[in-house]
Amino acid sequence: MAAKRKTPVKSRNPDLIRGVGKYSRSKMYHKRGLWAIKAKHGGVFPRHDPQPKATTAAEKPPKFYPADDVKKPLLNKRKPKPTKLRANITPGTVLILLAGRFMGKRVVFLKQLPSGLLLVTGPFKINGVPLRRVNQSYVIATSTKVDISGVNVDKFDDKYFAKEVEKKKKKGEGEFFEAEKEDKKKLPEDKKEDQKAVDASLIKSIEGVPDLKAYLAARFSLKSGMKPHELAF
Amino acid sequence: MPFKRYVEIGRVALVNYGKDHGKLVVIVDVVDQNRALVDAPDMVRSQMNFKRLTLTDIKIDINKVPKKKTLIDAMEKADVKNKWENSSWGRKLIVQKRRASLDDFGRFKLMLAKIKKAGIVRQELAKLKKETSA
Repeated sequence: MAAKRKTPVKSRNPDLIRGVGKYSRSKMYHKRGLWAIKAKHGGVFPRHDPQPKATTAAEKPPKFYPADDVKKPLLNKRKPKPTKLRANITPGTVLILLAGRFMGKRVVFLKQLPSGLLLVTGPFKINGVPLRRVNQSYVIATSTKVDISGVNVDKFDDKYFAKEVEKKKKKGEGEFFEAEKEDKKKLPEDKKEDQKAVDASLIKSIEGVPDLKAYLAARFSLKSGMKPHELAF
Repeated sequence: MPFKRYVEIGRVALVNYGKDHGKLVVIVDVVDQNRALVDAPDMVRSQMNFKRLTLTDIKIDINKVPKKKTLIDAMEKADVKNKWENSSWGRKLIVQKRRASLDDFGRFKLMLAKIKKAGIVRQELAKLKKETSA
């Protein structure tokens, strides 16, 4: 194919009505400048011979032809977005966890990870909740905010929280007894250091507000007479 | 026991049901046995059943169905707002509203304050007990 123009040319022959152009064939020949192209190439139109095709490797015939036609599923190019963060959850908000091991604990929100989960920390020294991922649906956002400006959370993402892959061992009778011994896995030192680094400035800003430390240390629970739909958080 | 608070023109009442719940309104006219025409500085003059109203002690000096401006001036003169907010009933309502709007941290601080107050009271009581027994 000859080289394509950058912008497609609008027709030089306007329509009088659909199907009928304004200019005749001979007039269009003149308008398109074909006489000038011919003159440039000595009375003959320029010809381009077809370019030699690049030789492709000979294809082997397939081993197996399926009996019935198999339908190919439609191509899906959808990329899921992270969950929409509720408007009242901003970095530094105190959240109440509603499920899991730390049910009822009041926790500081750090950021939303690319998977949509919320990165959250106790801080660990105050209420025992480490750097942890939590789903937005299992959380009540309070209107209390903590100053989070001194904390750098850029290095945390979902890969940081992935489970450690254990090396596969060959099955043998003696191995079963040994496997039970190695039950407790120790937390690696660098994760402990990360926790301390994040919590250091957080704890300072928490201690600046009276009663906030005791607030975060206490668990939330519904007492007699508290109606959740009437409570303001 | 004789009645002390009467339905009359100028009686200030508290709305206890419906869209205007918790508002103070003035009775400006009586429609019939069950309904009154009420008005307040921030609402359109409308009729309300007496069952929706609770009468207060406050009364202002107005004629039947005054213009809005006259009503507002009369309320200022009688100082309805301050009288209400200083009365024990008015103060209780204000406290109720504030407690209902507390957020979780506020409720926590309230709990700490209650415990502290109870501790102080108990200490004083123990001191008094000691004095009387000694």
